[in-house]
Amino acid sequence: MDYRKKRNINQVVWFSTLRVMSFIVVAILFCILGFILYNGASAISWDFLTTMPQDGMTKGGILPAILGTFYLTIGAIIFAFPLGILSGIYLNEYAGKGWIVKLIRMMTNNLGAIPSIVFGLFGMALFVNKLKFGDSIIAGSLTLGLLVLPIVIRTTEEALKQIDDSFRTGSLALGATKFQTIIRVILPMAFPNIITGLILSIGRVSGETAPIMFTAVAYFLPHLPSSIYDQVMALPYHLYVVATSGTDIEASRPIAYGTAFVLIVIVLILNLSASWLRKFFGNKVKTNS
Amino acid sequence: MYSIEAKDVNFYYGDFLALKNISMQIEKNSVTAFIGPSGCGKSTFLRLFNRMNDLIPNIKLEGKIMVKGEDVYSKNVFVDQLRKEVGMVFQKANPFPKTIFENVAYGLRVNGEKNKKKIEQVVEQSLKGAALWEEVKDKLNRSAFALSGGQQQRLCIARALAIEPSIILMDEPASALDPISTLKIEELIFELKKKYTIVIVTHNMQQAARVSDKTAFFYLGELIEYDNTDKIFTNPQKEATQNYVTGRFG
Ligand SMILES: Nc1ncnc2c1ncn2[C@@H]1O[C@H](COP(=O)(O)OP(=O)(O)OP(=O)(O)O)[C@@H](O)[C@H]1O
Ligand SMILES: [Mg+2]
Repeated sequence: MDYRKKRNINQVVWFSTLRVMSFIVVAILFCILGFILYNGASAISWDFLTTMPQDGMTKGGILPAILGTFYLTIGAIIFAFPLGILSGIYLNEYAGKGWIVKLIRMMTNNLGAIPSIVFGLFGMALFVNKLKFGDSIIAGSLTLGLLVLPIVIRTTEEALKQIDDSFRTGSLALGATKFQTIIRVILPMAFPNIITGLILSIGRVSGETAPIMFTAVAYFLPHLPSSIYDQVMALPYHLYVVATSGTDIEASRPIAYGTAFVLIVIVLILNLSASWLRKFFGNKVKTNS
Repeated sequence: MYSIEAKDVNFYYGDFLALKNISMQIEKNSVTAFIGPSGCGKSTFLRLFNRMNDLIPNIKLEGKIMVKGEDVYSKNVFVDQLRKEVGMVFQKANPFPKTIFENVAYGLRVNGEKNKKKIEQVVEQSLKGAALWEEVKDKLNRSAFALSGGQQQRLCIARALAIEPSIILMDEPASALDPISTLKIEELIFELKKKYTIVIVTHNMQQAARVSDKTAFFYLGELIEYDNTDKIFTNPQKEATQNYVTGRFG
C-alpha cells in the first residue's frame, strides 16, 4: 500500500521533470526560429530573392547566393547519391561479413564524424589545386559530395538492413536472381527510408559553409556563374560575410537576417517534405503498391 | 526415375555435422512428410533440394542430391533454373508488398514473360490451383498484406505454382495458421498431388498422417525410418519412431 503510493509519486516527479525539460528544449528552438523569422521577414520581398546585391551588399537581393547554393547542392547530389547508394547496396547485399567489409564500414562511419572544415581543406588540396579546377562549382560540389557520401551510404545500408530476409529468400526461391531480387523487391521496399534520409542530407549540404569556403565560394561576384568552373556565391557563406566582414555591417543587418530566413526556410521545407514523404510511402507500402 | 534422390548425404554448418549419411528416394506425384523433433535437420535437408542452403556461409555438402535424375550441385546447373523446377513455401507467409496479382505474376516477370494475356491466364490458373481465386478475384489489385494469414499462405502457394514447378517443398506451411486455414491447406495438398511432387515438413502428427503417402522420421541429423505413412504410424520398425509418433518422446 505504502509502497504503491511511493512509486506513484516517483513517477509523477520523473514525468514532470521530463516534461519540463522537453518543454525547455522546444521553447529554445522556437525562440531561435522566431527570432530569425521575425527579423528576417521584413527583408524578404520578391526583389530580395531575384536581384543582385547592391551598394557593397548593404542593399539589393541575394539571387546569386540562392542560385549558388542550388548549383552546389545539385552538383553534390549528382556526385554523391549514385555512388553512395550503389556502395550502400554493395555493402549490405553483396559484400558479406569479411574483415575488409568491416574495415570499410568502420572507415565510412569515421568519415562521417570528421569536422566539415577538414573536408574543405581536403577539397582544396585535391580538387582546387591538384586537379586544377580552381575555386569553382565543380570543386565545391565534389567536396560537399564527399561530405555527404558517408551519410548516403549509411542511410542506404540502414534502409536495406531493415528489410526482412524472408523477402529475399521468398524471391530467390521463385527463381529470381539476386539482382532481380534487389531491383524488384528490396529496393522498392527500402525506397521510402532511403529517400527521406537523402532529403535530410540535402538539408545538411545546403547549410554547410566550411567545405565550400576554400573550394567554391566568393565574397562577392558581379555576375552569375556561366559554367561549372566558375566561382559562386552561396547562402551560408553570404550570411557569414554580411554578418562579419561586409563593407558596412550595421547597414547590411537586414540582408543578413533575410539570408538566414531563406536558408532556414529551405532546410525546413526539406525536412518537412522528408517526413511527409516517409508517411506517404509508408502508407503506400502498407496498404497498396 | 525418382523425383528427388539423396545419396549418402553429409551436410555441415561449419564444423557441425547437421545431416548424417542420409539416402532417400522420393517418387513422382507423391506427398512425403518429414517429421522429427526440433533441430533434427528437416529444414536443412529440405533446403538442399532447391539449394536454399547456398545462402548460408561456411556450409559443406558431401554426397549427391538428384532432382529428376540430375545432380543439382554439379557445376553446370543454374540455381535460378533449379528453383523454377523446385518451388518452395515457407513457414511464415512472406508475400511481397505488392498487389495480389503482382505477387503471383512475380515468378513470370523475373522469367522475362511479357505477354499480358499469358500472365493474366497463369495468375488466374495459379490462384485457382491454390484455392484462393474465389476469395480474391474481385480484388486482385489490392495489397497482398490486406489478406488474412491463411490467405497469404495460399497466395504464396499460388505464387509458387505460377512458375510451373514439378516439385513443391513446404516447410511447416500451416504451423502459423488456425485449424480451418490448416484444413484448407491440407485439402489443397491433396489436390496438388495429382500434378506435383510434394515434400512437407510438419510437427503435426495428424497432419502427416492425413496428407502424406510416405513419412520420413529424422532424429539428430539421421534418417531413422522412412516408409509408407500408415506403416510409420501403425507399425514402425524402430523404437524411436514409435515413441515419437505416439508422443512418448523424451
Ligand atoms: N544457418 C545455420 N547455421 C548453423 N547451424 C544451423 C543453421 N541452421 C540450422 N542449423 C543447425 O542445424 C540443425 C538442424 O536445423 P534445422 O533447422 O534443419 O532443424 P529442423 O529439424 O528444421 O528444426 P525445426 O523443427 O525446429 O524447424 C540444428 O542443430 C540447427 O541448430
Ligand atoms: Mg525447420
